[in-house]
Amino acid sequence: MSKTAIISAKDVDVFYGEKQALNKINLDIPENKVTSLIGPSGCGKSTFLRSINRMNDLVDICRVEGSITIKGQDIYAPEVDVVALRAKVGMVFQKPNPFPKSIYENVAYGPKIHGLAKSKTDMDEIVEWSLIKAGLWKEVKDRLDQPGTGLSGGQQQRLCIARTIAVKPQVVLMDEPCSALDPIATAIIEELIDELRNNFTIVIVTHSMQQAARVSQRTAFFHLGELVESGATKSIFTSPEDERTQNYIMGRIG
Amino acid sequence: MANSDSATIDLVHSQRKKGFELFVMGVLILCSLVAVAVTVGIVLSLLFEAFRFFERIPLTDFLFGTQWSPQTALRADQVAAEGAFGAVPLITGTLLISFIAMCVATPLGLLSAIYLSEYASKRSRNLIKPALEILAGIPTVVYGFFAALTVAPLLRAGGESVGLNVSSESALAAGLVMGIMIIPLISSLSDDVINAVPQAMRDASLGMGATHSETIRKVVLPSAIPGIAGSLLLAASRAIGETMIVVMAAGLAANLTANPLEAVTTITAQIVALLTGDQEFDSAKTLSAFALGLVLFVTTLVLNVVALRIVRKYQEQYD
Repeated sequence: MSKTAIISAKDVDVFYGEKQALNKINLDIPENKVTSLIGPSGCGKSTFLRSINRMNDLVDICRVEGSITIKGQDIYAPEVDVVALRAKVGMVFQKPNPFPKSIYENVAYGPKIHGLAKSKTDMDEIVEWSLIKAGLWKEVKDRLDQPGTGLSGGQQQRLCIARTIAVKPQVVLMDEPCSALDPIATAIIEELIDELRNNFTIVIVTHSMQQAARVSQRTAFFHLGELVESGATKSIFTSPEDERTQNYIMGRIG
Repeated sequence: MANSDSATIDLVHSQRKKGFELFVMGVLILCSLVAVAVTVGIVLSLLFEAFRFFERIPLTDFLFGTQWSPQTALRADQVAAEGAFGAVPLITGTLLISFIAMCVATPLGLLSAIYLSEYASKRSRNLIKPALEILAGIPTVVYGFFAALTVAPLLRAGGESVGLNVSSESALAAGLVMGIMIIPLISSLSDDVINAVPQAMRDASLGMGATHSETIRKVVLPSAIPGIAGSLLLAASRAIGETMIVVMAAGLAANLTANPLEAVTTITAQIVALLTGDQEFDSAKTLSAFALGLVLFVTTLVLNVVALRIVRKYQEQYD
């Protein structure tokens, strides 16, 4: 298992001020698979997700201990540049948050700041590739110059996915990407996630057990800041070892 | 039988309560009408007196004339009894001083707003924000004598030492001090606007590996531009209407010049000059103050309306 792990968390503690949000988390996340993090609200799953690309750095009182490595490199080592890290570990947020710019500019934003395109043709290619990968190209190819904020919620979220993968990250973190979407838009995004795992490693936080079961190969169950159980999605849902996991997936706690 | 009386519920309103409600409403309406009525009265009097002025001096002479010397004769039979009422030097003087003020206040105000909203720790924010607000609370007359007694002599001495002839009442001195005065206006409005940019925008940009300053330059500021433009317009309108500083520091000589080292005068300073002291109330000189007031009123009104509209539209965008 750990041979194919791209992300590896060892004894990770996260504190917000005095309050401990995560307690000794050990988790391996395999490459080119979808790993879902489930658990009741406040269990620390989003905190863990945000530790993987150091978005927690933005919270002044947040402190991370232990180690998280990506391809063997400790991302909290002092010489690590968060900018470079976040280019490799992209993030899609709960609420679609396109920039108030054109669809094209939204997708081109990341490649531009990282200097990924040498020419306008290069950039056009990156934008097209990203939008195709995000399953949005057909719907928007004739109106790339229109504002991204004018799209529907589901389209906006796919635009945000396109924007994230345009930087060609290795890992895409998704923080409840469908919680603001209707069931049809959700189904489209779930299909998309399944395809994206061919190119990217995906870690997704979700409140929907069905979603975890549908899209992920691996599942980790968090409860009260602890990682209770992790393993193949199928076995977590059919034969959980821990009683708390069983209670949660049966809908008895949460 | 006895029960049936208490079983019915009294639904008839009391006349006394209703009367009181009407009375309260009446008082409230009256209070709000006072302000409206006074405003309407001021506008009407401006219009009316300005109209009387334009009966004597043609509108085109006023708006396009380049000579301003509103001297009226002491005796009716004196020569050159009418004076010249070309407002162009006053308008350019006003614009010159406002321009200098905006050149000072825009970068300082905007950059301190960016620092306060994006970089400052809670502690330094709690220190700097009140300090800026104190600037806003200084009476303009204090700025006025600061400009006239401190800044102007400094500029004059500084100019002399490099061989420049700086007038003791220069546009530069008034403009610089006025710029300082409107910094808090720009910084506090821009600060609000920048804070209104949703955190989700910053997260998205930072999450893609943009640096802090890239995020500010490419996402936060472009999103906030309309609101910032609105705050700049409000500040400009404040600068154009500012009186005390220019009365004390800018002088009364109606020079038509773009040289900031020379003395210029402004619309507001002239209005003060025209109306202070004993004046014959129906002379063209006195009436010209109303015409100038009208020009000022229309300019600042348009600026304010446009600015508020921009700011409001921007705020709705993220609601």
